[in-house]
This record gives sequence, structure tokens and C-alpha cells, in this order.
Amino acid sequence: MPTKPTGTLYRGKTGMWSWVLHRITGLSIFFFLLVHTLDTALVRLDPAAYNEVIATYKTPIIGVAELGLVVAILFHALNGVRIILIDFWRKGAKYQNVMFWIVVAVAFVLFLGFAPRHIMHILEYIQAGK
Amino acid sequence: MVTIETPRSPRNRKSANREKWAWLFMRASGVVLIVLIFGHLFINLFTGDGIKAIDFAFVAGKWANPFWQVWDTLMLWLALIHGTNGMRTLVNDYAEREGWRKSLNFSLWTICILLIVLGTLVTTTFDPCPDTSVVSALPQFCSK
Repeated sequence: MPTKPTGTLYRGKTGMWSWVLHRITGLSIFFFLLVHTLDTALVRLDPAAYNEVIATYKTPIIGVAELGLVVAILFHALNGVRIILIDFWRKGAKYQNVMFWIVVAVAFVLFLGFAPRHIMHILEYIQAGK
Repeated sequence: MVTIETPRSPRNRKSANREKWAWLFMRASGVVLIVLIFGHLFINLFTGDGIKAIDFAFVAGKWANPFWQVWDTLMLWLALIHGTNGMRTLVNDYAEREGWRKSLNFSLWTICILLIVLGTLVTTTFDPCPDTSVVSALPQFCSK
């Protein structure tokens, strides 16, 4: 019997934590999706009601929450590619650890490209006095 | 609880196949969703004035083009089924009482179907210039 975890992807270290993060981000995105489907459905009921609800998406607190949502989506999407590669690529399991850090790095770079622009839009909205 | 069969137990072909297709769907839909959602975020949150510009007119402008109608409808279907199936995985893992597990999964798929029907009706019957008589028929306190 091996004394420490060997030959398994999902026990300990990046293999396990990426699995945990994939679940947490997936769960969060799912609940946002429920809300987002319902708020978008308002366009069919009343333009004014839709505008009023979507205005809350432009407030500072929700604006920051959107940054979190984008982080969750970036990680979930890129880690999903990593999972597919582990499943279908011959060397996927061998490189799963390297791929995890590539996922983190690419997500970070994409986030850096997005965040300043989004924060700027939120700040402009506050300055315009709603 | 989801029971794990012993290695020698006969294979339940029907449920095994269903799990295989669910597994495959998660990967296939995931790849398509990356394109759909990254495109959605890029157009709605990155280009132009981002979140600041989003209102009824923005959505109406987008859905004037069948391309975005199809894009958003496909995104709705795939995201909800992908998300609900992911939630089913969590429920199967963590809901220990059988009755609780079954009712959670039943609720999840009910919500999924309702939202797909609602969302599809919205994207396919959308009217950019709704009857103003309906809006003006609202009580005065609504119009501020």
C-alpha cells in the first residue's frame, strides 16, 4: 500500500483544489444564471421595469460582484478546457498540474484586461449621477 | 444515496448510458458555452460603454439581428442544461437522504424547463416597440 496519495488526480494539491474551485464557481454561476434569465425576461413585459432592474447592475456593489462573476466564469471555463484535456488528451493527466497553473495565469491576464475597463464604466456611471 | 455497484454486479446499461451522455454533454456544451459566453461578455461588458450602456434599447438593438437572437437562445438552453446537470452532480454527491436528493433534482429540472420555456418565449416573441397603451395603462404611481 502506498503511504502517500499516488496515482490519483483528485486527492490533494492542485488536482483537488481545482475540483473544489470548479464546483464553487459552477454553483455561483448557476445561481446568477437563474437571476439573469428572470431579469432579462422583463424586456418582454415592460421596458421601464427592465431599465430599472438593470440599473442595479451598474451600482458599485453589484459592479464589484460582477468582477467576481467574471473571475468565476474565467476559471470555470478555462479549467473546463483543462478537464477536457485530462479526459481526452493522452498526456492530459501527466500535465494536469502545469495546466492548472496555465489556467490560473490565463484567467489572471484576461481579468487584468477586463477589470480596469469595467471599473471605469462603473465609476463613470456614478459620476453621471445615475 | 447513489449506490456504487460492486465490480462484479451486472452493468445497468440504460443508466450507464445516460450518465455517459450526460458526461459527454458537459464537455461538448462546455466548449460551445466558452465561445457563447466569452462573446456575450465581450460585447455587453467590454466594448462600447460596457455595463453602463445596457438598457431596453440596447437589448432591442441586439435582437433586431437574428444572429444575436439565435446566439442568446442557444446560450440560454446550453447554459441552463449544463448548469442544472452540474447541480445534479452536486446534489447526488451531497444530499444523503434519498427523498431529499430526488426532490432536489426534481426541483432543479422543473426550474430548468420553466426558465428555458420562459427565455425562449422572450427571445422569439420579443417586440422592440411594445404597445404604449399597455404602459400608459399603468397606475399613476408607476410612472413617477
